[in-house]
Amino acid sequence: MDIILSAEDVKRIDACLNKVLNKSAAVSAFLIDRSGQLVANCGSPSTLDVSAFSALTAANFGATSEIAKLLGEQEFNLLFHKGQNENVYFSVVGENMIMVIVFDDRTTLGLVRLSINMIMDELLQILSPIYQNKG
Amino acid sequence: MPFINFSKDEIQCKIVYYGCGFCGKTTNLLYIYKKTQEDVRGRMVSIDTDGDRTIFFDFLSLNLGKIRGFDIRVQLYTVPGQVHYDATRKLVLKGVDGVVFVADSLKTQREKNIESLINLAKNLAEKRLSIRTIPLVMQYNKRDLEAEGAEILPVDVLQKDLNSMLKAPSFTASAIKGEGVFETLREISKLVVKDVSKKILLQGKGRSFSGVGGI
Repeated sequence: MDIILSAEDVKRIDACLNKVLNKSAAVSAFLIDRSGQLVANCGSPSTLDVSAFSALTAANFGATSEIAKLLGEQEFNLLFHKGQNENVYFSVVGENMIMVIVFDDRTTLGLVRLSINMIMDELLQILSPIYQNKG
Repeated sequence: MPFINFSKDEIQCKIVYYGCGFCGKTTNLLYIYKKTQEDVRGRMVSIDTDGDRTIFFDFLSLNLGKIRGFDIRVQLYTVPGQVHYDATRKLVLKGVDGVVFVADSLKTQREKNIESLINLAKNLAEKRLSIRTIPLVMQYNKRDLEAEGAEILPVDVLQKDLNSMLKAPSFTASAIKGEGVFETLREISKLVVKDVSKKILLQGKGRSFSGVGGI
């Protein structure tokens, strides 16, 4: 079950993340596998420990999925955490990935969501063969 | 499920420290964290309770250096050992590439070790992984307690209880003193990298590599 990302795959994923950042004026964007592995990131994550951030994101989603099941829902497919200066928006991408956008008061949650929706189909098209080909 | 990124020439692997409650999984990670330099490791993340019991997991990422041009990054996780946290253990095992089974050498923990190993086999099987084929290392921890008068199990009893069928590489350890911690880490890293290499070669993708540097 290996996930192999070619240079071309990474280039295309990065282009999608950059589109989200450019359209929404968000700070940084991450694509994270549900097992906690970082696939790609763009923007300025400053001094953030991206490995720890990815592990905690996957755990966060895992925990809230269990809450969803307790409520009779299959899953919550988006999460939003509001901070004093920065906010984080998490969105499910297909069955295996999570997109995370960090943004501040220069943009809005609505614009972030809209920007993600605009690239979602393209991103799924890139990811689908990667997961189908896994060994 | 290793991530092989040919754009960055980077391989990310996930290693999980498994075992019953209070067997020393977190102590292993803490020792590694304290003894590695900042430039090769990330932040140690622990989600635990006031009583030092891990409630979710501990996490530490390490850069093992370059092997045949690939940067090898391993992500070390622990699971909560208590029986009732099984859902969390399953979550942490998602995408696992290798397991260190930490056994508590105390005689009183004999059954708990066996229960935990059976639980590991069951949870791996649910993810279509076999305990017999996944890279696995046994660590018999708390050997130092014998000197303090505690009754501990001889190594051959632990081997018979836990490793007679699996025949995984095994190490005695005192994680609190650091004995056996890096030997265990080095062995599991070597096995995981070898396993990943084999899979890539089987798929005819990428270059071959062997050996583990950096630790």
